[in-house]
Amino acid sequence: MKPLEIADKIKEKFQDEVLDVKEFREQVAVTLKKDRILEICRYLHDDAALCFDYLIDVCGVDYAGKKEKRFEVVYHLYSIKRCHAIRLKAEVPETNSEIDSVTVLWAGANWHERECYDMFGIIFKGNQDLRRVLMPEDWEGHPLRKDYPVKGPEKEWPGFQAVLDRAKRFKEFEWHG
Amino acid sequence: MGLIENTISPSLVEVEKGTKILSPNIVITSMDKLINWGRSSSLWPVTFGLACCGIEMMTTGSSHYDLDRMGVIFRGSPRQADLMIVAGTVTKKMAEIVRRIYDQMPEPRYVVSLGSCACSGGIFNTYSTVQGCDSFLPVDVYIPGCPPRPEALLEGIIKLQEKIKGEHFRWSRWR
Amino acid sequence: MEQIEKTFETRELTISMGPQHPATHGVLRLVLTLDGETVIKCTPHVGYLHRGVEKLGENRTYFSALPLTDRLDYISSMNNNVGYVNAVEKLFGIEAPERAKFIRTMVAEMGRISSHIIWLGTHVLDIGATTPFLYAFRERERILDLFEALCGARLTVSYPRIGGVRNDVSQEFLDELYKFVLEFPSRMDDYETLVTENRVWRKRTVGIGVISAEEAVNWGLTGGMLRGSGVCYDVRKHAPYDAYDKVEFDVPLGKNGDCYDRYIVRMGEMRQANRIIKQCIEKLPTGPVMADAPKFTLPPKDKILKDMEHLIHQFVLITKGPIVPEGEIYSATEVPKGELGFYFVSDGTGKPYRMRVRAPSFVHVSILPKLCEGGFVADVIANIGSIDIVLGECDR
Repeated sequence: MKPLEIADKIKEKFQDEVLDVKEFREQVAVTLKKDRILEICRYLHDDAALCFDYLIDVCGVDYAGKKEKRFEVVYHLYSIKRCHAIRLKAEVPETNSEIDSVTVLWAGANWHERECYDMFGIIFKGNQDLRRVLMPEDWEGHPLRKDYPVKGPEKEWPGFQAVLDRAKRFKEFEWHG
Repeated sequence: MGLIENTISPSLVEVEKGTKILSPNIVITSMDKLINWGRSSSLWPVTFGLACCGIEMMTTGSSHYDLDRMGVIFRGSPRQADLMIVAGTVTKKMAEIVRRIYDQMPEPRYVVSLGSCACSGGIFNTYSTVQGCDSFLPVDVYIPGCPPRPEALLEGIIKLQEKIKGEHFRWSRWR
Repeated sequence: MEQIEKTFETRELTISMGPQHPATHGVLRLVLTLDGETVIKCTPHVGYLHRGVEKLGENRTYFSALPLTDRLDYISSMNNNVGYVNAVEKLFGIEAPERAKFIRTMVAEMGRISSHIIWLGTHVLDIGATTPFLYAFRERERILDLFEALCGARLTVSYPRIGGVRNDVSQEFLDELYKFVLEFPSRMDDYETLVTENRVWRKRTVGIGVISAEEAVNWGLTGGMLRGSGVCYDVRKHAPYDAYDKVEFDVPLGKNGDCYDRYIVRMGEMRQANRIIKQCIEKLPTGPVMADAPKFTLPPKDKILKDMEHLIHQFVLITKGPIVPEGEIYSATEVPKGELGFYFVSDGTGKPYRMRVRAPSFVHVSILPKLCEGGFVADVIANIGSIDIVLGECDR
């Protein structure tokens, strides 16, 4: 099925949810409201003609200052049976950055969602295991947000500061020749 | 090798330039030289590949470059090792573990910082990487490169052996 | 005796395996809850090699972000480069010339062989056979020598460039590679003699870490993990890039989805990769190796040194980056580990607004609890080896 036909199908079924359909280099992105994302995904997953059995990727994008709603959660779907792909984008505002988890449909979404939570602070409702995955548990801030400096905040992470302190303390036991 | 300083016998045999061995087996040398010779020719690093440089470290240890011939044999446990090759990017999350492994190693212990990332952070000047593992470890030899060639690692280990041979009185008290 | 039996009690034991463990292939940490020898619970912890590649990529131009991709999957950096340049070319809307496409296919398959060889060596070493490891590194060294002859670097190559490749291949290189290609099948036979029918090997891998086809798709597995379960999904076939539609190759498939089938699949892939390289050498067309798109590709070095206009052009491209059409692109390539995807959001400047790396290893680590729970603790090692992960790519 052509990607634009898939977009039309989504539009037909969920008329109020679709905000925008864009094509760029033969790839189609459907921008959606976030509230019924699970329903839409379930439809795409279960429908026999669409049959999106493989979730390639879930990731976040931070549009701070560029768009009204700050975040976007991007889903890349592919159907191994039918060989077609689509991109879904759900808009998530900064103040209430919650969206439904799709782990019930694709088990592989779990870690992608965890990473998205880790990097952007978007909360996935229904994900049983929403912990930080790449950064340490007690890390402050979400690194991939645009307002997060590349070299990190001024204040050192306490976990690393403790290592530096210990190294300083143990320095006297080192052999100095 | 420079191990043998003197022998007390009229029948000295010169095995290499400046090295004489008594045809029976009495050798006179200093404790420093004996101990340093033993240490430098059986360096046991802990297998600890962090990133890309770890792969080059593996290559150095395998068939083509054959690190074993220098007495360098990788050990799985830090408690049996006396050399730590910090091979790759040290992140802040990892720093605590690296330091703990170093603390578990028995004295005398040495650290080789392998690769640009371990030396200075390399191209990863970001929020999560440590800019040089010498901020929390006493590094003996720095090996630059991204990643360094196996020959560079061999050179680094030879440099470390030279350094060990120059040590004085590092066996004085229990540590 | 009776009294001892009465007071005898068992309890669960929680152990932390890694990050420093010879068999975890880098800095993976598993927290295992054991009941005797049986694994009840397995929790993987990653992020010990999180270097902020995505964040760094957003602060660099498209040209200077290329070396970052070398260090994602550092065992097969050539394939990562190919994946990256393909994605960027798609975004720019340019296409590499035919010769460059064949060269890229060729070097990517060389990268696949070198990656699978490392996987074979370490996987077999973890399970207890030392000899194949030493044999495997012998062949790998030859490929690395060829890479060095081609571009000067062994591991982090950065050889493919946006719009083509860095330099043309020489005839000596092709001759040497052809010699290797003719020799390699016999080396493969050596490995297979040592491992495939080995009784210990079969005992340790057959029926271990089984994952069914539906589950594998549902978990988002790709590459050898997916094909080991019998699902025929290969990006090279489904959405051919470079010259993959012009060469013949088969996609090896497994049946049972256990460690042994994944081993068979990867061994088959190595033979197919060899076949592809051979065809690429034979079919290699003549022509330029860099696309004629001055707005998006760097001018050749000899022109920069002679011509002021080209020098200025180069300066602008390097410092500001090219002017890129606004839009977003997802492009996938088949790397030895699975499907490596790059997702770019461009806002029209020379730097990507968002650079997302869809790393196969990241997905494959998340399946570990499913593979390990209920099995023996020794099988954890077999499972880790068989999912073939690289933590640099997993953590990015």
